[in-house]
Parts: sequence; structure tokens; C-alpha cells
Amino acid sequence: MATGTRLPSGVRNGRGRDVLGTVLRTALPLVAVAAALLVGAVMLAVLGADPVRAYGALFEGAFGSTSGITQTLVKATPLLLVGLGICIAFRASVINIGAEGQIILGAVFATWFALAFRTWPGWLLIPSTIVIGFVAGAFWGFVPGILKARMGVNEILTTVMMNAIALQFMNYMIRGPLIDPAGVTAGQYLAQSEKLPEQVWLARLIPQTLLHAGIFVALALAIVTYVFLWRTTIGYRIRAVGLNPDASRYAGIRVPRYQALSLTLAGGLAGVAGAIEVIGVQHRLLDGVTSGYGFSGIVTALFGGLHPLGTIPASFIFGGLLVGADKMQREVQVPSSLIQAILGLIVLFVVASQYWARRRSNRTNDAPTTPAAAALGAGDGQA
Amino acid sequence: MNEAVLATVVAVLAASLRLATPYLYASLGEMFAQRSGVLNLGVDGIMLVGAFVAFYGTLTTGSVWVGVAGAMVAGLAMGLLMSVVSVTLKAEQGISGIGLSLFGLGLSSLLFKVLVGTVKTVDGFRPIRLPLLGDIPYLGEIFFTQSPPVYVAFLLVPISWYVLERTPWGLTVRAVGQNPAAADTLGVNVTLTRYVCVCLGAVFAGLAGASLSIASVNLFQENLTAGAGYIAVALVYFGGWRPVGILMGALLFGTVTAIQLRMQVLGIAIPSDFAVMLPYVLTIVVLTFSANRARQPAALNQPFERGGA
Amino acid sequence: MKIRKLLLVAAALPIIVAACGTPAASAPSVAPQSASPAAATASQSAAPPAAKLFRVALLMPSSTTDLAFSQSMYQALVAMQGKAGGQANFEIKFTENMFSVPDAQAAIRDYASQGFDLVVAHGSQYGAGVEEIAKDFPKVSFAWGTDVNTFGLPNVFAYTAAAEQGGYVNGVLAATLTKSRTIGVTGPVEVGDAKTYIAGFSQGVAAVDPAIKISKTWTGSFSDVAAMTEAAKAHITAGADVLTGSSQSVVGSIGAAKEAGNVLWFGTQADQASLAPKLVVASQVYDWTVILGDMIPKIQSGTLGGETYTLQLSNGGLKIAFNPGYALSAEAKAVADKAIADITSGAVKVTP
Repeated sequence: MATGTRLPSGVRNGRGRDVLGTVLRTALPLVAVAAALLVGAVMLAVLGADPVRAYGALFEGAFGSTSGITQTLVKATPLLLVGLGICIAFRASVINIGAEGQIILGAVFATWFALAFRTWPGWLLIPSTIVIGFVAGAFWGFVPGILKARMGVNEILTTVMMNAIALQFMNYMIRGPLIDPAGVTAGQYLAQSEKLPEQVWLARLIPQTLLHAGIFVALALAIVTYVFLWRTTIGYRIRAVGLNPDASRYAGIRVPRYQALSLTLAGGLAGVAGAIEVIGVQHRLLDGVTSGYGFSGIVTALFGGLHPLGTIPASFIFGGLLVGADKMQREVQVPSSLIQAILGLIVLFVVASQYWARRRSNRTNDAPTTPAAAALGAGDGQA
Repeated sequence: MNEAVLATVVAVLAASLRLATPYLYASLGEMFAQRSGVLNLGVDGIMLVGAFVAFYGTLTTGSVWVGVAGAMVAGLAMGLLMSVVSVTLKAEQGISGIGLSLFGLGLSSLLFKVLVGTVKTVDGFRPIRLPLLGDIPYLGEIFFTQSPPVYVAFLLVPISWYVLERTPWGLTVRAVGQNPAAADTLGVNVTLTRYVCVCLGAVFAGLAGASLSIASVNLFQENLTAGAGYIAVALVYFGGWRPVGILMGALLFGTVTAIQLRMQVLGIAIPSDFAVMLPYVLTIVVLTFSANRARQPAALNQPFERGGA
Repeated sequence: MKIRKLLLVAAALPIIVAACGTPAASAPSVAPQSASPAAATASQSAAPPAAKLFRVALLMPSSTTDLAFSQSMYQALVAMQGKAGGQANFEIKFTENMFSVPDAQAAIRDYASQGFDLVVAHGSQYGAGVEEIAKDFPKVSFAWGTDVNTFGLPNVFAYTAAAEQGGYVNGVLAATLTKSRTIGVTGPVEVGDAKTYIAGFSQGVAAVDPAIKISKTWTGSFSDVAAMTEAAKAHITAGADVLTGSSQSVVGSIGAAKEAGNVLWFGTQADQASLAPKLVVASQVYDWTVILGDMIPKIQSGTLGGETYTLQLSNGGLKIAFNPGYALSAEAKAVADKAIADITSGAVKVTP
């Protein structure tokens, strides 16, 4: 067995005929979230904050207003892109912890490119900047991929180390070659690049919000990823490698090659996330460009049942949680660390809750595990 | 001149042992978890909680031993949480570990904020010069003038090896990680074995945190580990799930870190960012070009279903 | 049964929180701390106890207790609150650990739409958000830093700190006190006021004696305390007897100095004497009350921005806090005082 990432049963065939099971699978994660919030409520109460008001702020902040929903979509965009990459990697039984570094590489090279070719018109510059982000991220996924395939070096080790390397590389670039010349002239030496030319900025969809056209890129790539994984030979082989490497080997599939490919593609998608953050939200390269999406993207993908289409609603829900958490901090003034702890509990409770869904689906032996995938009737592609 | 070079080498090597210590604890602990088939990516969070509790215990009682005991108990509690989620409830281990890390980061920062509030220092462990051994020229200064947690960390290497490779329980652990179904048929309690290994690993991770907060830096701050727990997990792969390999990995990482800091002190002209990268790059390079490529426990990351696949 | 077990463990953790101690005052209504007395040069000492409630929102990249950049602004606002007569007249809301830029923009917009009088975006990475959002809320005043750019908007203040000035004073003093003629600098990443402070420090040392050796290390992280500790130890074993450094992680360097026992420390951003009362000689302290004391009355009288402030030694925004616990000789003190006077008068120019 290679790295045995256990795949959720979403990968199996079968339609969700079991109505009760579907209800259970949809409801379970919500119950889990509620249970985690309940524990969080105890903690809130201990700290002297009103849990009802706090959670009201969380919900309202995420989904209760135009600005809340748009902000949730802004966060969902990179989460979805990173999550799609995680889907591909985990489907091939490769654990990609390296999305943080891959986002950074995509962001750094997208920034460099957009500044270097600032005279290009937007219709040319925007797509090529995104492609450069993809290539840079893909390279950062290719290195651990090829090391795993050719030299048997475990990808957890390489991706963890390469995150740190990418961070230092970015530190170097934004205090060196890419530093904002205006900051140097003013004697400030801030850790940021020059502002990108305006024609590369992604269009804002609603005035006075951050919502930008990048969301369409993410959604389109979700469909492309779905088609790729379920409707192409290469995608089929990637999934086969993850499901049963031994059988795949007997069937003549070169397992290491497909694992390396999946890591490369995962890196590329994370790189696109980095590029889109830069040209869609920040308009320059700043320290902290990843916002931790490299890790929350993993959570998102698993909430989405490791299915590209399931990851779409999952990214919206998880993005909303992150946005709402900030609002909660603002409204009831609890330390941000409490919110972090509650988010950690939510992740733990939700993954733990899948136990009951799995038990049921083992009994009835069909249908995917996660709500999002179930809701979309995902899992029924031909394997 | 030679004397100065020697002094530098001694200082660098002594520093490398200090720097390797937290990784040794955490990686050895993670090794037990992984040998039993559980990937615990939550090491960083456990280290943080351990570091805070050790710091707080020492701060309030004045005794480092209370701190150490507290770190172990905190590690155990986190280990139990991880076991319930990952072993009993068979959750995806990669993701539950990330959840645990997030939870530990939040909880430790919160407790710090609520109970302490501002940066304070404690009187932690001090270096102890061992009698006789400490008087050996150069070597004494490198190896035998360290703080107690450093000695213990290095003692844990042969102990872990012995327990894992030479005791019946060690055999059980390896069997559970290699072929849980077969072990189960032979009457081994797979779940219990994994609980013990994950919790043992978590106790070690708690100690790793303590070795930071009450031996190395003698204070606590939010996110004190700065991601060291993830490096510790990576070093388990580097070490090929063997204590000696992990020792090599931790020493390599610690030594290169010490060297790059010394290079900066000496004013060697490379950008500091690239100096900081060195330990990460070299760890990958060394593993790639060394023959040390053990196969991982066959059942790693796979929950055990009796009668299941 | 298994559910119960899970819940039990999960429930135990908050109970630990509860058992551990005093329910915290996490609310912003922290009892007014004994903030440093207002600078002598700050003419308008405080907002007059206005009848109307003044509402301030603060965003910061680190925490209110980092003993560095974020805490310096939070404490300044709390001090202003005390002067204004407490919560009833002066409301503070804050968001901490706001490292993510899109999140910060959402927070800025949210605060602005809630009708705060002043939104302080305390981090240079928030600039783009301020520029964009300030246009949409012309009645709200925004202050951001550290930078010098108000984007030509009438409702944006910018502020920065000439960290190199206090760095210079610290450097002069460090050069006077070193016996080994070797000084170590432990920095995070060579950007922003970490860079400018250390640039000033180096100039100060060189002004006393260019032959004194300064070696610098950068850990590549603003939060890696353990790396700071080891960096400081590397300096000490290489012969340094005076250290300085910047960022919230230097608490690690101070610890190493304390363990060595005879190594002096110079601080910046906040008064760090409490961490090593015998070894900290002096700290450069950022006192934002000086600019807030000018800015807030302006806002109350209808001027919402358009100005750039710089904390300097000459306007009292930068102060050198000498540690009373360290017995500084009269000659050395005189050297430092002269450096301060020279910078204040403009006789000495320090480049960032």
C-alpha cells in the first residue's frame, strides 16, 4: 500500500436510494457543528460573553447581509481552488500539506509577471498572470511529486519543508527584488510589492464589496476538475491509483507517475488561488497572502467529500464560518484565540461525525458520506 | 585563531543539541503513534498546550517539575481527544490532526490571554554540568553541559528503540501498524494499542512543548512553536520510523539551524532568508540522496474495522 | 455510548478553562492602566470630556498583549479613553490577530458602516483597504500606519514612527557600554521598522566608534521565539555583550541575555524592562497618544483627515525609557541625552 489515505465512500458507485441515510448524512455534519458550537458556548459563557449574541453575530456576519455573503464568497474562492487540488491529490492517495507554499509560489510569480509585463492589455495580462500562477504552484507540487515517484521520498516531509522554504522565498522577494519602490523612497521599507497595474485587477462584481470575478474562475475549474476526474482516462487512473494501488499496478497503471501528476495539478490549483488573491483582492503582494487557506482548504475538501462539486458548497459553508468568526470577534469582543479553538472543535466534530454516516452506508452499502456530495447526487459517476 | 575556530564549533554543536531537543521528543512520540498505524498531524497543537501548561505550572508554583507534570497531563488529555476521534470514530487522520492543531493553538493562546495576559518569564531548567563527563575538554561542553530536558530527550532514543524492537509490547505495536487484522485474530486489542500509542505520543509532544517553554525560552507566547510540530511529523518520515533515524533527522535539522545562525553572526554574505531556508532544503536533499528509505507501516492512516477491508 | 465519551472529553476542556481561574476581562473596557504620562510637547492633552460619545475601532495584526507594535496602539487608546472620562465618553472596539488582508478589509468596512467616528487600521498591509473604503464613508475618519500616504483623501490620517531615531540613541549607548566591542542584533525579517530601527542603531554605534563589530541575524519570522533565543545565544557565544532586536519574538533574545547574566539589552516598540530588570538598559517606546491627542480633537471639530504624523523624539512620540533598575553611569546617560538632543535639534540626521 502506498500512503493509505482512506477515501470516503463517495468514490463508490451507487445512487442514494436510502432516503433515511441521505437525511442522516446531510444532517450529521450540521449536528456535529451544533455540538461543537455548544462546547464553544460553554467557553464563551465562562469568558463572560453571551453565547446567543455571539452566535447570532457569527451567522449574521457570514450570511445575514450582502456584505456578509459577498465576503463569504471572497473567502470561498481560494478555499474552493485549494480544495479542488486537495481532491485530486487525496483521490490519488497523496497527502498534500504543501498548499500554503504552493499558494505563495503562485502569488509571488503572478505578482512578478503582472509587474514585469505591465504594458500588456488586461485581456491578455489577466489570463497569462493566472497561468503563471498555475505554473509556479504546479512546480512547487511537481518537486515533491517527482521526489516521491522517483526517489520514494514521502510527500508529507517534502511538502511541510517546502512550505517553510516558500515562505522564506517570499520574504526575500518582497524585501528585495519586488519591494515597493515608493516604500523605499519614503524610508518605510514595508514588506509589500508595488501596486499592480489596474488592468490586471479582476472586475468587482458588486460595488463596495471585495467580491471579484475570481469566483467564476474557481467555479469553472471545479467543473473542469470534475470532468477531468470522472470523464477522462487520466482522471480515472488517478482515482484508481487512490482506490487500490496494487490492482492499478497489475492493470498496468504506473502508480508513481499518476501520484506525481496529481500533486502537480494540486499545486497548480493552489497556485491559481495565490494568483487570484493577488489580482482579485490585494492588488499587490503582501506578507501573509495565504491567510492559512492551505490548511483550511484541506478541511474544505474533506467537508465536500473530496468531490469537486461537493467542495463548492463546502467552501461556501467553511468560508462563512471564517467570516462569521471575525464578525463574532468584533461584536462580542472575545479573543480571536477562542474563535480559533471553536473552529478546531468544529473540524474535529465534523470529521468524527462521519463515523455514523459510514456505519450506515456500510450497512446499506451505497452512497457517499458527506452531505454536500450527497445533496448533489455526486458519487454516481462511472468509476 | 585555531582556538577561536574550535570554540565556534563547540558552540554550534552545543546549540544543535538544544535545537534538536523539542523535535526529538515530538518525533519519537509521533513515531509510536505512526508505528501503530495512526497519523497524528496534531502534534503542533499538543505541543502548544503542553508548552502553556508547563509554563503556567512553573509560573504559579515556582517548580519546573509541576510544569513538566502538567505538560504530560495536558498532552495526555489532547492524546485522548485525538484517539477518540481518530481511533474509535475512525475519522480521516489527516484532517482530524489539522483540527486538533487548530484547537490546540486556540486553546493555548486563550488560556495564556485569560490566565497570564502579558509576556512573563519563568525560572526554567538551567544547564547542569555533569560531574567528570562535563570536564572532558570540548566534548564536555558540547554534550554534558546541557539542561536536564536535553539529556532526557537523548536518553529516550535508546529507550524507545528498546521498547519498540525488543519488548513484547513493541512487537504488538508493530503488528498493529503492519497488519491490524492479523493482530486482531491473534487476540491483540488493536484499539487499545492505538490509544496507548497515540497518548504516549501526545505525552511526548507535551514534553516537547515544555522543553521549549521552560527549558529553552523560559516564557510563553501565542504560537510559541511556530510550526515546529509539523517539522516533527516530517522528521518521523525522515527517520524511517526508527529512533536512530529520527535522532539523525533531529540532529541534522538542529545542526544546520545552528550553523545558519552562526553564518549570519559571522556576517557571511548570503541573504538571511536563504540562510533560514537551509535546514529545510538540506533535510529534503539528504533524504533524497541517502539510501535510508524505509517502508512506512502498512496500515498507517487506516482505521481498523474488524472484518472490514 | 461512544458519543457520550466524545462529548465528555470535549466538555472537559472548557471546564479546565473554567477551573483554572478568574473569568477574564476580555472586554475592551479594561481598567485604565497607568499609561505613560502624556508627552510634554503634546499640546492638546486630551479630548475634552465631550457630551457626545466618541467611538473608535482598532484593527491590529498581532494581539493586544504582544509587548510590541499592537499593544502600543491599544494601550494608547486605552489611555485616551481614561483621559476622556472612561467608557461612557469613549468607546473602544478592537479586532486582533488580523493578519489576513481580505478579513481586515471586511472588518474595516463593517466598522465604518457601524458609524464609528474613527477606524484605526494599525498595520501597513491594511492600506489598500483603507484607500478603497474611505471613499465610501466620507463621514468616518480613518487612521492607518505605519505609512505616510493619505491617498489625497480628506478623511484619512496616516502615521508612522521614525524608529531609526531611537535606534540611534540606543546604538550610541550600546557602543558606550560594550566592553567586548561586539554587539549582536536579532531581527525578524529585514523590513519595516525592524529594518529602520536597526539601521539607526548601526549608525549610532558607528558614530561612537566605527571599529565596534555589529553582527546581525534575521530569523525569517516575526513570531519564532525559539529561533530568537538561539540567535541571541549564537551572538553571546561569539563574544557579544550587548544585544538588541525588534518584533514581538525578541522576548526570546531577552531570555537568552538573562540566562547569560551579564549581557545588556536594548529594547524597542515597548518598554521591555519588566522582562529582565537588571539587564535592560533602555527601550525606545512608541507613544501614540501624542498623535491621537492631536487627531481626535480635530475629528471632533470636523477635520477628518489629510494629515500625516510621524512619531519622533522631537514631538515626544518616541521616548527613550531608561530602566531605573539598571545603574546607568552619569557619563553614559549624558552621552544618550546628548544624542537625543542632537536628533531633536536636527544636528544629527539619522537615515532609515
